[in-house]
Amino acid sequence: MTATNVVAATAAEAGDQDAGRLSGLRAAFRSPRLVTGTCLVGFFALLGIIGPFFAGSPNQLSHTELAAPSLSHWLGTTQIGQDVFAQLVVSARASLEIGVGAGLLATLVSVIVGISGGYAGGVIDEVLNLASNVVLVIPTLPLVIVILADVKARGLAPLIIIIALTSWAAAARVLRAQTLSVRNREYVLAARASGERAWRIVFVEILPNELPIIVSNFIFAMIFAILTQAALAFIGLGDPTLLTWGNMINIAYNDEALSVGAWWWFIPPGLCIALLGMGLALINFSLDEVLNPRLRVYRPARPGRARRPGSTA
Amino acid sequence: MSAAEVVLRAENICVEYEARRPTRAVRDVTLELRRGEVLGIAGESGCGKSTLAYALTRMLRPPARQTRGSITFYPAGGPPVDVLGLADQALREFRWNKVAMVFQSAMNALNPVTTLARQFNDIFDAHRPQLDHDARDRRARDLLDMVGIAPARIRSFAHELSGGMRQRAMIAMALALEPEIVIMDEPTTALDVVVQREILDEVERLREELGFSVIFITHDLSLLLEVSDRLLVMYAGEVIESAPAELSGSAPAHPYTLGLLRSFPDLRGARQELRGVPGNPPDLRNVFAGCPFEPRCDFRFDPCAAVRPALRPAAGRPDTMPGTAGWQVSCHLHDPAYRPGGPPPELSDARAVPADRAGGDA
Amino acid sequence: MRYIVRKLAFYLVAAWAALTINFLLPQLIPGNPVEALIGRMSQSGTVPPGEAKILASLLGLGTGNIFQKYGQYLDGLVHLRLGLSISEFPTPVSTQIAQSIYWTLILVGVATVLSFALGILLGAVAGWKRGSRLDAIIPATTLLTAMPYFWLALILLYFLASNVWHVFPQGQGYDTNSELSPGWNPAFLASAVQHAILPALTIVLSSVGGWLLGMRNMMVSTLSDDYVVAAEARGLRPRRIMIGYAARNAVLPSVSGFAISLGFVVSGAIAMEYVFSYPGIGNQLVQAVNNNDYPLMQGIFLVITLAVLGANLLVDLLHGFIDPRTRQAR
Repeated sequence: MTATNVVAATAAEAGDQDAGRLSGLRAAFRSPRLVTGTCLVGFFALLGIIGPFFAGSPNQLSHTELAAPSLSHWLGTTQIGQDVFAQLVVSARASLEIGVGAGLLATLVSVIVGISGGYAGGVIDEVLNLASNVVLVIPTLPLVIVILADVKARGLAPLIIIIALTSWAAAARVLRAQTLSVRNREYVLAARASGERAWRIVFVEILPNELPIIVSNFIFAMIFAILTQAALAFIGLGDPTLLTWGNMINIAYNDEALSVGAWWWFIPPGLCIALLGMGLALINFSLDEVLNPRLRVYRPARPGRARRPGSTA
Repeated sequence: MSAAEVVLRAENICVEYEARRPTRAVRDVTLELRRGEVLGIAGESGCGKSTLAYALTRMLRPPARQTRGSITFYPAGGPPVDVLGLADQALREFRWNKVAMVFQSAMNALNPVTTLARQFNDIFDAHRPQLDHDARDRRARDLLDMVGIAPARIRSFAHELSGGMRQRAMIAMALALEPEIVIMDEPTTALDVVVQREILDEVERLREELGFSVIFITHDLSLLLEVSDRLLVMYAGEVIESAPAELSGSAPAHPYTLGLLRSFPDLRGARQELRGVPGNPPDLRNVFAGCPFEPRCDFRFDPCAAVRPALRPAAGRPDTMPGTAGWQVSCHLHDPAYRPGGPPPELSDARAVPADRAGGDA
Repeated sequence: MRYIVRKLAFYLVAAWAALTINFLLPQLIPGNPVEALIGRMSQSGTVPPGEAKILASLLGLGTGNIFQKYGQYLDGLVHLRLGLSISEFPTPVSTQIAQSIYWTLILVGVATVLSFALGILLGAVAGWKRGSRLDAIIPATTLLTAMPYFWLALILLYFLASNVWHVFPQGQGYDTNSELSPGWNPAFLASAVQHAILPALTIVLSSVGGWLLGMRNMMVSTLSDDYVVAAEARGLRPRRIMIGYAARNAVLPSVSGFAISLGFVVSGAIAMEYVFSYPGIGNQLVQAVNNNDYPLMQGIFLVITLAVLGANLLVDLLHGFIDPRTRQAR
């Protein structure tokens, strides 16, 4: 046990049991990364929710084709004169819906598979674990591509379901490992010994402890879903009538935006995906620092202070 | 035993953990280690003993910081070394060569992915580069043999060894360069009593053979009474009693020491009610106006809450070890200015020290 | 040894699962795909007799009940009867795949190894010097990892090849306009390398972040592990501690998590090849999808999946080699 653990133990003894966790949270809220991440995600969420009311029509044709950004068209126009900015804003909503929808569904499946397997043990666990590992190791995009090409589904819902059903495995594995370790903690053993029913134990004792990891997995699943859908839309799969960022890039590419130098058409949608993804990743990163005290890097209060004797070389 | 020379002297050590409200884990501790002696440091979890050990070897990591004090090492046949002043290269040479440490959870102190041989080799590579491969291998095997592990296990990984074996391997590594001081931080806490006994016997044997000094840190006071020559009891980051081990067990000077001794039964003694020390250790972020032990003390009286006690000679103890600092305690009960009649009977040495023990004994 | 056997067994199961999925998926195709495919084929030339039967068993639409269809499917695969491609009729699918797979293997293989090595190295240094200014690269790397591969490819293409600066070629695997003939001749190889730089750069830029961040976090976490503290107490040289004690342990999760990372790289490479018109298997898949070329799609999916499984098997065996604890029989 290193000396820092002794101090942590002392702090706990001194009365604040959650000193470690709470102080971590407080430190995290002051972290510029978390603030940046939250701002980015919040911005896009707002854009998606209320943006379409203000942005104007994305499909309105006009005669100002392939115009550079101007006051009337903030991000210029497409090849058939549509306002790029309006398209961007409307796409935000669709991309977010897919991200949140697929992310939620994937997280739900991973929670069910991971926790049941980890808690039940035995044959059920072996089977579920094997299934998770197999799904994990089969590359996702080729699979989704083939599914979509065969099924030729239209609309948001099939897309969400297909993406979710191919991306739950990594999170399930993490949850299973966590459940296996939590399962043998004293409070769970006590609950089992007192005859509490399995589902109650899972919901009351196990699930709340794994909530931070579940949230982290959800954020990761969202990033994955948004990126995957963008890639699918770009290569022409999914619903071509559904306006998403990936779709915009697809149309821009096919309509020779590159060769005519219409950077305002294909750069902003990709940038939106990247920034939203970055925001989510930063949140996840800060969450990691809260969950894992070892990752908290000690930053001295006054960086210019000279090193005193006693610090390690 | 004649007065032995000092091999390590740490004066006025203060260590604090930086935060908005810093935790002062070690408060103005002074200690002296003599050549060939075993100095025990006892105290509850969180009293600062491990932090002190890390400070002595300059292993403090941020946010821990030593804010005051000096540490001087007196090597055999060489000039005194200011440990705090050592620069990077000199510090690396100092470490392990002169002072080695056996960590609290030695289980985890071994690199899980390399063999013991490799880890021994790293030590020799850093400190004895002139030794060739065969010489290093021989030496490593000899070391394992010395602590009672089959030399063939040199090729083992950490997870292939039992807990006791890992601990012995750690001790073997600590002795690899024949240091003058070995600091042992709870070396046997995680082991069962049988293995504990074996390891302690081993350490004692090695100490007699190689002649190094030991600082032995544990919360298990009964163990220390057996193993140490001298004993420091720490509470709330301070040394509150410094005594010859053999005698303090039967005649504690500080109420806290008394409480610790009363926490475990005497195997062959009369049945007695176990008392322990009620209450909780104090929050080390606070500054104490008076004695830090006062809230939990059975013997507290007027000056205790308001006046800070300092280490002073314990009342009623003969100077059994000439040339040493003698028996010291940080308690107003031993201060004739506050208590002219001497401390209460539980804390005073009522029996005269037998003549044949006047010279002290290891 | 048991470890190796266990891993082999697992990957065999995974391969079987992939095969079975590939069998079941075409069942979802609406209508009668075999007839439609034969119809399209006959527009491009004469359809060899028996082709309908091959197609049917390939798509799992053979005769009889589901088990018999499955048997015919497996039989066809074992004999490598992957059918004839629709879009490049009458080239057999296997030939098409054989041509494109080299390009992808070399490009993606080399780029992934480079990216992994770079990410681990930078991550180790960033983690070792935690709290220093090197930590400032974290937001930049999160942005890079969040960028869609194909969009990054477009950006690189736009700025470095087609519109702003014309440093790199605009696409293809080699200079198709010149008289170069594919083969192991220096001129061709030079051209191939030149054309591979932007695609490789895309892969490296997009994927290095993941490994960098993972390694950095693991490094920071490992540095507070007891054996690292103990190593420092032994007076070992800092470089030895960083490499032999910290990094050696910190890299393990990246190796065991390689499967997920490789999945990302492969997925990203598909769209990226499309952007660069790179003659690899990913581009071929996209073309196949756009042409409804089912036999080709089936073949490519199988090949990609089996290749990824193979790579993962290799990495898993490597993990067993560098982490002695996994060799412990459970």
